Amino acid sequence: MRQVEMGNRSGRNLEALPDEMPLEVSGLTVAYRDKPVLWDITFEVPEGQLVAIVGPNGAGKTTLLKAVMGMIEPAAGRALVYGMPFEKARHLVGYVPQRGSVDWDFPTSALDVVQMGLYGKLGWFRRPGRKEREKAMECLEQVGIASFADRQISQLSGGQQQRVFLARALAQDANLYLTDEPFAAVDYKTERAIVELLRELKSQGKTVVVVHHDLGTVPEYFDRVVILNKNLVAEGPVGKVFNKENLSEAYGGNVSYLAGS
Amino acid sequence: MSADFIVITTAILVAVPCALLGTLLVLRQMAMIGDAISHAVLPGIVFAFFISESLGALTSLIGAAVFGLLCAVLIEALKNTGRVKEDSSIGIVFTALFALGVFLISRFAGSVHLDLQHVLYGEIAFSPLNSLIIGGVNLGPISFWTLGVVTVIAVSFVLLFYKELKIATFDAGLAAAVGLSPVLVHYLLMGAVSITVVGAFDSVGAILVVAFLIAPAATAYLLTEQLWRMMALAVALGTLSAVSGYYFAAFLDVSISGMMATMTGFLFILALLFSPSHGLAAAFSRRRENRRIFSRDLLLSRIGTLGEKTTEEELARSLGWERRKISRSLDEALRGGFIVRPSSGEVAATRKGRDAARERAGSLA
Repeated sequence: MRQVEMGNRSGRNLEALPDEMPLEVSGLTVAYRDKPVLWDITFEVPEGQLVAIVGPNGAGKTTLLKAVMGMIEPAAGRALVYGMPFEKARHLVGYVPQRGSVDWDFPTSALDVVQMGLYGKLGWFRRPGRKEREKAMECLEQVGIASFADRQISQLSGGQQQRVFLARALAQDANLYLTDEPFAAVDYKTERAIVELLRELKSQGKTVVVVHHDLGTVPEYFDRVVILNKNLVAEGPVGKVFNKENLSEAYGGNVSYLAGS
Repeated sequence: MSADFIVITTAILVAVPCALLGTLLVLRQMAMIGDAISHAVLPGIVFAFFISESLGALTSLIGAAVFGLLCAVLIEALKNTGRVKEDSSIGIVFTALFALGVFLISRFAGSVHLDLQHVLYGEIAFSPLNSLIIGGVNLGPISFWTLGVVTVIAVSFVLLFYKELKIATFDAGLAAAVGLSPVLVHYLLMGAVSITVVGAFDSVGAILVVAFLIAPAATAYLLTEQLWRMMALAVALGTLSAVSGYYFAAFLDVSISGMMATMTGFLFILALLFSPSHGLAAAFSRRRENRRIFSRDLLLSRIGTLGEKTTEEELARSLGWERRKISRSLDEALRGGFIVRPSSGEVAATRKGRDAARERAGSLA
């Protein structure tokens, strides 16, 4: 075990982390019945990096995140989080699902949704209290929408809803963040705010994995990239693997974005 | 205890747990699963009957819970074969289980003192006739005891698992990620629903219990934007339906449970029409108001493009509006102080009018 200094604001300055990669995926194969969705995927995510997962629609990007978190049983292979199976490491992981995956008409406020990020630490039966409320408020402030705390969530714009989800992930106070398309359909201002937030997390030594669809921003936003199309096409530092050859292999030769041009 | 009091209290003890759990069913888009479970528990009750010989309340609650869960599991399993969609899966499973119950009742009618009419429609008016008597002591109506237990179970379930129910319903993915199993929560809820509908069987029957499960919750959904408020409101609406339904039924001399269920529907229609936030009337008047303001701004900005002063004819030609629409919009704008009409036919925008036009133009960008 080694001591890692965590610059987070919860007062936990030192946290013992196993001397392992935040995420280690080896030979991961996922199939729906006999139809493979992910085939023999192996890659590692080193600590303190911003990592994009890219690939065409149906490439298995979301499935990859779900398999890492044990929501889908893999047909073969495994994913380890800080060297542990996910069940033992879930307190180290923050999750941001796709915005479209929930019902925004649900009768609840922005602050309430952010508090849900703390439910895992509370465990079964314990109720959120004042402390959780304050923490959630802090996280809303961090993403710049504290003034909308009491709004019903359907009355927020798409960008604001995405920020609520990010605030919720911040509340989880994790070391590894798994985020599914946080940049999908958000306005420019929100996009910049999210990028700033990801960079701040990185500067605190945290690791962020982002399922991403906008190839044009990959070199600017990310350190590493995983290029998927059911198979692993390439993975590594953006400068090394994010090139036309790999992208046209993944996207079938129709890449309008030319990397490195 | 008066018969009125017993019937009303019994109905409230049906309405409260149904409203609480119904809120979750509505939010989980599982209203039809509530319907399915309310029928599928029938064979459970019959089997419990065989075992305990008399209508032992506890055994029938357990029997119902088992078959309610079985129903939920089978629906899920059938859907997961990928050969049937969810609605068909629900339709197949619950009718099959209900039919099994009907078969058992008719085949063993001699030993099972359940009658189908009663199962389907309930008979709440009989609740004062059945008292729980232990050792010669009258402990009050049986319905108070069974439904009291059911209400306590439902209320404590929701209080105890409020946080878990909320996260699993809003975002099952996050719930799974943080270790609050949404699958476990789902089946706990299905169990609680099964127990509740079986308690309600005797009073309102398999068909009308769905009204108490779904309508008050769906009504509350139109009136509030917070989960706990929605639950509280659903409970209040269910109770109101029960009480008002009883008195209307007495007044009109009709089926009590039928009238109570009618009231749940009536309150829903009221909310659908007149809810300040989600009602159709509010939406209609909001749309009309927006259209009115839009026409006014369009008129004002056209006055601006036509020059400081213009005439009614000129405006009508330029906008291509009917005479009536023009004069109505002009009247409104005049009343609001957006325009002046120095002489007949002439129209000029005031400062306020020019501001409104500019603001509308600015909002386009």
